[in-house]
Amino acid sequence: MAKLKEIAYARSGDKGGQANIGVIAKNQENYEFIKNYLTEEKVKVYFERLNPDAVIRYELPNLYALNFVLKGVLDGGASLSLRTDTQGKALGLAILEMEITNG
Amino acid sequence: MKIANGSAFWGDSLQASKHLLEQQPDLDFLTLDYLAEFSLSIMAAQKEKDPMLGYAKDFLVVIRSLIPFWKKGLPFKVVANAGGLYPKGCAEACRKILQEEGCEKAIAFVDGDDVLSILKQNECDPLYNHMETKAPLSQVSNRLVAANAYLGAKSIVAALKEGADIVITGRVADPSLTVGPACFHFNWPFDHYDLLAQATVAGHLIECGTQVTGGISCLWEQIEDVANLGFPFVEIEENGAFTITKPRHTGGVVNEQTVKEQLLYEIDDPSRYYSPDVIVSFLNVQLEEKGVNQIYITGAKGSEPTPNFKVSASYKDGFKAEGSLVIIGDHAVHKGRLCGNMIINRTKPKKSLVECIGAGDVVPGVFSRKDAKEIVLRVAAADEKIEVLEQFVKEFAPLVTSGPPGVTGYTTGRPHIRPVFGFWPCLIEKKHIFEKWEML
Repeated sequence: MAKLKEIAYARSGDKGGQANIGVIAKNQENYEFIKNYLTEEKVKVYFERLNPDAVIRYELPNLYALNFVLKGVLDGGASLSLRTDTQGKALGLAILEMEITNG
Repeated sequence: MKIANGSAFWGDSLQASKHLLEQQPDLDFLTLDYLAEFSLSIMAAQKEKDPMLGYAKDFLVVIRSLIPFWKKGLPFKVVANAGGLYPKGCAEACRKILQEEGCEKAIAFVDGDDVLSILKQNECDPLYNHMETKAPLSQVSNRLVAANAYLGAKSIVAALKEGADIVITGRVADPSLTVGPACFHFNWPFDHYDLLAQATVAGHLIECGTQVTGGISCLWEQIEDVANLGFPFVEIEENGAFTITKPRHTGGVVNEQTVKEQLLYEIDDPSRYYSPDVIVSFLNVQLEEKGVNQIYITGAKGSEPTPNFKVSASYKDGFKAEGSLVIIGDHAVHKGRLCGNMIINRTKPKKSLVECIGAGDVVPGVFSRKDAKEIVLRVAAADEKIEVLEQFVKEFAPLVTSGPPGVTGYTTGRPHIRPVFGFWPCLIEKKHIFEKWEML
């Protein structure tokens, strides 16, 4: 089963209690694929155990990239959160483990 | 003109700035970023104990390391947000060090970002509602310890025009540390929004230091000399176009991938990236590889900024602590969860979390290894009452003799209890702020 990491790279960060994950496809063909495949709903379900309130997706076709903003996913963020990953730094690599089906 | 960044946050390398000047002596500006979202809460706690504190003392170590380069006659200037809650104090401490070493430099500080009393006196103003939760400020106003507006580049430019060699600010938007020097050098007017947008993108790329030269990149394992990543600098042209690069003969890489990763870092809607100076759209940004470790960037578009500054405020919200134990052997995860729950049930803190690190709990559901034979049991707790946590931190050691077989890794000592600072982002109208700067 193929994984997202074969066709894209990613970086995640925080802003208060929300995190963003930038997913950058390796080429135009890969970008067209993730544009169709990587929906807000898929990302929300993938991270559901971190309880995001909402996931919003933005497109940057000039960079072959999608930016996902996950609202409320950081349990309050840096100081309030009890988690190891208070700032969402692991989310980028985490999303790249997503299995992708062809077509 | 060349602008480098020598510090991504308070805790970054103290050697980076010195190395930058050794490697790239023709730098025009060195910028340094010390303020993460919650840095000012830490500084507020320091200032409470000693009113002469509240700024990033590490900055003084860096300044001392730069004196030999100034004495050699290198023309670079420094812009840093090391001032924290006490920019004047930081500037005075800086002057003392330079005077001790016989180095004369014009120092300015920027002030006016502190809005704590305004917020406290207007707790019902809906503009001060929490930007994410929409909760009213009155919920926390009596517990606020700090509130600072993110200022822009205007005062930095004014201070540089007046002859400052070193500009020390409190809270400013990180990219403004780059926008200021660029506007000053090229004499750009503040309403040429496309120019400010390009400079803002340049600042956004270098503000996190090595994050654009290979640090935390998905290609990190392929990097040459990954132990010595160069820090970045931008070469900005008068028309706003710039090249992002790093000094030659340093480790790391600046390429399309590292640049795109940093472009996407900590952004929300890419068509509207808000800064106090300008609203930037990333949607027409173009990258071009101009040479080895040289990416040329054009296409950022800017529009008039909003009439508000963003405010980051912090309020006291109880205490927290975390402890850990290592557990090995069969059923390590199961043993770990049992122990975690035991610790919590004995003390019943208001908020708690058990993570079995190694079993996949850091990002649940993604890297699961229920059969891991070696885990770190991490238990974290928070409560308004420090007594609850004082008991909580004592519950780890007894497991060394009463817990499961395979418990080890307890020699780090009793966990430390820390105050929690809740983060309160809101807005404030620019007209309420009296931004000022002063030469020492």
